[in-house]
Amino acid sequence: MTGQQVSWPLWEVFIRSRNGLHHAHVGSVHAVDAEMAVENARDVYTRRGEGVSIWVVPSTAIVASDPADKDSLFEPALDKIYRHPTFYEIPDGVGNI
Amino acid sequence: MYSQGLDQRDDAPRRVDDPAATAHDSALHARFDERVDAEEKIEPNDWMPDSYRRTLIRQISQHAHSEVIGMQPEGNWITRAPSLRRKAVLLAKVQDEAGHGLYLYAAAETLGVTREELVDQLLEGRAKYSSIFNYPTLTWADMGAIGWLVDGAAIMNQVPLCRCSYGPYARAMVRICKEESFHQRQGFEIMLTLSRGTAEQTAMAQDALDRWWWPALMMFGPHDSESTHSEQSMAWKIKRFSNDELRQKFVDATVPQAKFLGLRVPDDDLHYDDATGHYVFGEPDWSEFAAVLRGEGPCNAQRMAHRRRAHDEGRWVREAAEAHAAKHPRSGGTPVGPEAQQWANAGVRA
Ligand SMILES: [Fe+2]
Ligand SMILES: [Fe+2]
Repeated sequence: MTGQQVSWPLWEVFIRSRNGLHHAHVGSVHAVDAEMAVENARDVYTRRGEGVSIWVVPSTAIVASDPADKDSLFEPALDKIYRHPTFYEIPDGVGNI
Repeated sequence: MYSQGLDQRDDAPRRVDDPAATAHDSALHARFDERVDAEEKIEPNDWMPDSYRRTLIRQISQHAHSEVIGMQPEGNWITRAPSLRRKAVLLAKVQDEAGHGLYLYAAAETLGVTREELVDQLLEGRAKYSSIFNYPTLTWADMGAIGWLVDGAAIMNQVPLCRCSYGPYARAMVRICKEESFHQRQGFEIMLTLSRGTAEQTAMAQDALDRWWWPALMMFGPHDSESTHSEQSMAWKIKRFSNDELRQKFVDATVPQAKFLGLRVPDDDLHYDDATGHYVFGEPDWSEFAAVLRGEGPCNAQRMAHRRRAHDEGRWVREAAEAHAAKHPRSGGTPVGPEAQQWANAGVRA
């Protein structure tokens, strides 16, 4: 291709939107190195003060669960409603608990 | 955005596989249809029919190209904006359009196509972009008309795309839609200022409306009866409303705004229909639409030449960046603390 022989590495971008929150995935950018990835992420994903901190991670470093394993991974949690506080009935008189 | 003409399916012939594979495929296909019907999002690693993948690659990349080419008509006026405020606003808007292009290219890439392929398709003239950007921006009022009408039409198109069945596209559209409303408002503000200004300024605003009205209506694409691929896109929940439905919504929303501006919509057939509660409007010149799509619009050649020149002129920058990265393989970025490390480790074990 025209001046860019190989694909530049892809980086996943994570942004901490405010102090005290954790970084969340917002998208991805191409960049030759980490420094450029941070700069590109800033330009592409924080034009309106969306963040106070950026992480970039080479996309190749991400290991994902297989969508085919969805049932075996996540279904066991679905019937364990006793893990939620709403499962338990507390009489009105008890107050905050 | 600028999604007109972007809902065309790629009708490559189907491969005939061996029966076992076909049975397996049809089970996957049934599961896919179920998930789409249930409004579940399809994500990059999920199974999807080839035709769904091809349709999305085409639509999303054409959408991205439109954002990128769409910077040119407005870029034309950045240096001549009438005040520093207007200049800062226009610059910010054009930067947003570049960002929209990038969000969309990234979404298209999740479907297995590379950025280079997509850029090549555009530069070699193999990809389409919205015909609206092949019209010239002759006066400052065109900045108003584009923001108000073109971005306004784009919003009509894009809001339903936020619920598109393909996750990365839907998420890109959510981000884009948040930014578009500023685009439309700044355009309307320009029109308002001009239409409350001198007789000359009002005439300039009217002239811009006269020139952009019909091309804006054409952004929604051909009539439903001519739009052969819409049905499949609707079934896949890529598209939620038909071209004609969206065009009607746009007219209904925009005509009262024109009245507020004291400007005349250039359509002798335009009138409000009490019975339906909608505006009735005239027929765009579809032969003009077809001509612009064929590459015969006033600015097609100029837009492509400019894009190729910009790409060529950026070559040394790309090469320098690559050379720098090769020389300093670990340059840049601050290694992050233990929290990120844990996160990374957890990812590796998962
Ligand atoms: Fe845009
Ligand atoms: Fe826009």
